[in-house]
Amino acid sequence: MENRLEYDYSVAKLFMWSTLLFGIVGMLIGVTIAFQMAFPSWNNWLGEYLTFSRLRPLHTSGVIFGFTFSGIFATWYYVGQRVLKVSLKESPFMMGLAKFHFWTYAVLMTVAVVTLWMGVSTSKEYAELEWPIDLLIVVMWVSWGLSIFGLIGMRREQSLYISVWYYIASFLGIAMLFVFNNMEVPTYFVSGAGAWYHSVSMYAGTNDALVQWWYGHNAVAFGFTVPIVAMIYYFLPKESGQAVYSYKLSLLSFWGLMFVYLWAGGHHLIYSTVPDWMQTMGSVFSVVLILPSWGSAINMLLTMKGEWQQVAANPLIKFMVLASTFYMFSTLEGPIQAIKSVNALAHFTDWIPGHVHDGTLGWVGFMIIAAMFHMVPRMYGKELYSKKLMESQFWIQTIGVVLYFSSMWIAGITQGMMWRATDEFGSLTYSFIDTVTNLFPYYLIRAIGGTLYLTGFLMAVWNIYKTVTSSKAVAESSMQNTTPMGA
Amino acid sequence: MFSWLEKNPFFFAVGVFLVIAFAGLVEILPNFAQASRPVVGTKPYTVLELAGRHVYIKDSCNACHSQLIRPFKAETDRYGSYSLSGEYAYDRPFLWGSKRTGPDLMRVGNYRTTDWHANHMWEPAKTVAGSIMPAYKHMYTNVADIDTAWAEAETVRKVFNVPYNTEIPLQDGTTAVVELKDLAAEKTKALEEAAVIAKDMKRKDIEAIVSEGKIPEIVALIAYLNSLK
Repeated sequence: MENRLEYDYSVAKLFMWSTLLFGIVGMLIGVTIAFQMAFPSWNNWLGEYLTFSRLRPLHTSGVIFGFTFSGIFATWYYVGQRVLKVSLKESPFMMGLAKFHFWTYAVLMTVAVVTLWMGVSTSKEYAELEWPIDLLIVVMWVSWGLSIFGLIGMRREQSLYISVWYYIASFLGIAMLFVFNNMEVPTYFVSGAGAWYHSVSMYAGTNDALVQWWYGHNAVAFGFTVPIVAMIYYFLPKESGQAVYSYKLSLLSFWGLMFVYLWAGGHHLIYSTVPDWMQTMGSVFSVVLILPSWGSAINMLLTMKGEWQQVAANPLIKFMVLASTFYMFSTLEGPIQAIKSVNALAHFTDWIPGHVHDGTLGWVGFMIIAAMFHMVPRMYGKELYSKKLMESQFWIQTIGVVLYFSSMWIAGITQGMMWRATDEFGSLTYSFIDTVTNLFPYYLIRAIGGTLYLTGFLMAVWNIYKTVTSSKAVAESSMQNTTPMGA
Repeated sequence: MFSWLEKNPFFFAVGVFLVIAFAGLVEILPNFAQASRPVVGTKPYTVLELAGRHVYIKDSCNACHSQLIRPFKAETDRYGSYSLSGEYAYDRPFLWGSKRTGPDLMRVGNYRTTDWHANHMWEPAKTVAGSIMPAYKHMYTNVADIDTAWAEAETVRKVFNVPYNTEIPLQDGTTAVVELKDLAAEKTKALEEAAVIAKDMKRKDIEAIVSEGKIPEIVALIAYLNSLK
């Protein structure tokens, strides 16, 4: 192209800062509740407002809807313009819409944090918010959708790049899941009494569980997998200067993932009261899910073919290659846990949070951090402040993740084995509390692992802050592939 | 076909939507009507029990306690007979939980008493040595929201035909009726039930609060926990 497009990063920047802010808050709460499991007296430092049970939904919502979704939106407003070859500057309407998107998001997240902390909750995991906030979420989400399809409508590049497929899927998937799982009846409007914001679920019991885990599992799909794959398909080839290894493999893994993922929700309900055939479907499709997941991951790793020296030379490539590796690891571990006999042991134990966190810390967290490192210099026209800091951050966080999942494996399997252990007469060997006190060392190791990860994240935030405020200026046009970075 | 789709965003999006919507239709819809039928003996919650259920949700008890007994001997030995779908017919939302940091509570009403809960929630580690559960002392002073509980009962009665004021068959062949009157009458009734629980809690401070016409959250919560059988 003869004239370089001037991209507008103002909204991407706003979302980047909220990514960092929610990262700090969400992970800090996570570390706090991890320590509370080892040292329960920490629960009661602030009356009802610091108990594990109040903080847990704040942690999950903070890192999912705060950190991860801010990261998704930040990368969308960066990647979207670039792969579609349009600039937000070209359309005041699209610009206004993007700003509206951010500020609706900011308001609703503030309300969400406050109400969850006060204990206003529907109890459904990752869908705890009450109906007025749900409506705000719909407005926010629709404005993101308009932004996606608006920019697509203006595009100069005819073919949609792979990342855009994934952003579209993420938008549609979450929209569908969110609406159906949050069907609720506001009680005040029916009965004329009580709290105006209270509602009751449209579904009861087993049906409610089915809809919730269809949502819960696939919120992981369209929040933690699909948009993160969108990121890696853009940032890894761009940073490394390598073409995506195989177009066919990306096709197969995209459509495969879309079709298979939704069936697997049933694996959260194995041995529950949902019909047996659904449990079996959930189990079988979870195993099939290895194919499209590994398809994407292998496609990314093979993109580095012949250029592996970059892993040693460039910390951003390190983050992304390790992210792909954790993605493979986590998408193998998940299907194993979905096998019925394994699930009988693993369900309800600490192995589950262990599995969640090797995915979220290793894959989602690392990928978002790498994306921020790639975008900041280009958005602010500065070189990254310190390569050394990134290198040490990488190792501190990696050790953190390893401590986290290995301790939770041991804890989970210990717990599962102790719950089912019987003596020679067939009586239960352990009372429940024995299984709790036994886990202290693992809870402690996990909390230390979490602290290391948080420390690394704070180093990233510092690095980005210094990049913006006091790093050497570099023209954006000169940044082709490897991100410029200071010692 | 795929390269054509990639140039036509509308059809691309429609395609993605069809592919992702398919599983939900096949897995969730067929069983919807059947799974919501109650088993014999399942009763709707009283207003006080619902208020307690709201406390359970407000403090996310479900973050650490399940309400789902799986069909294994180790589980039925520990918690009682395994869960049946119809037992949850009036649970909106369901509270199965996803983690057992503490034990299952599906049938806790069968083996724990009011004063056990009263002591335990005040300082768990003193009742169960080694417990890592937080103390919930704020529940002894916070007042339960009976209005909202009544509003929910009234809503599910009107919207979902939950059988209040109706004869419900029990397992022994007899029937029972769970009444749902107007708000004022239900408040009086809840207060009477609360007074009984407060007495069983063996705590003078709670009795004093109830005699002032207010119901502390802990009383409602215990009413709910006692109903779990």
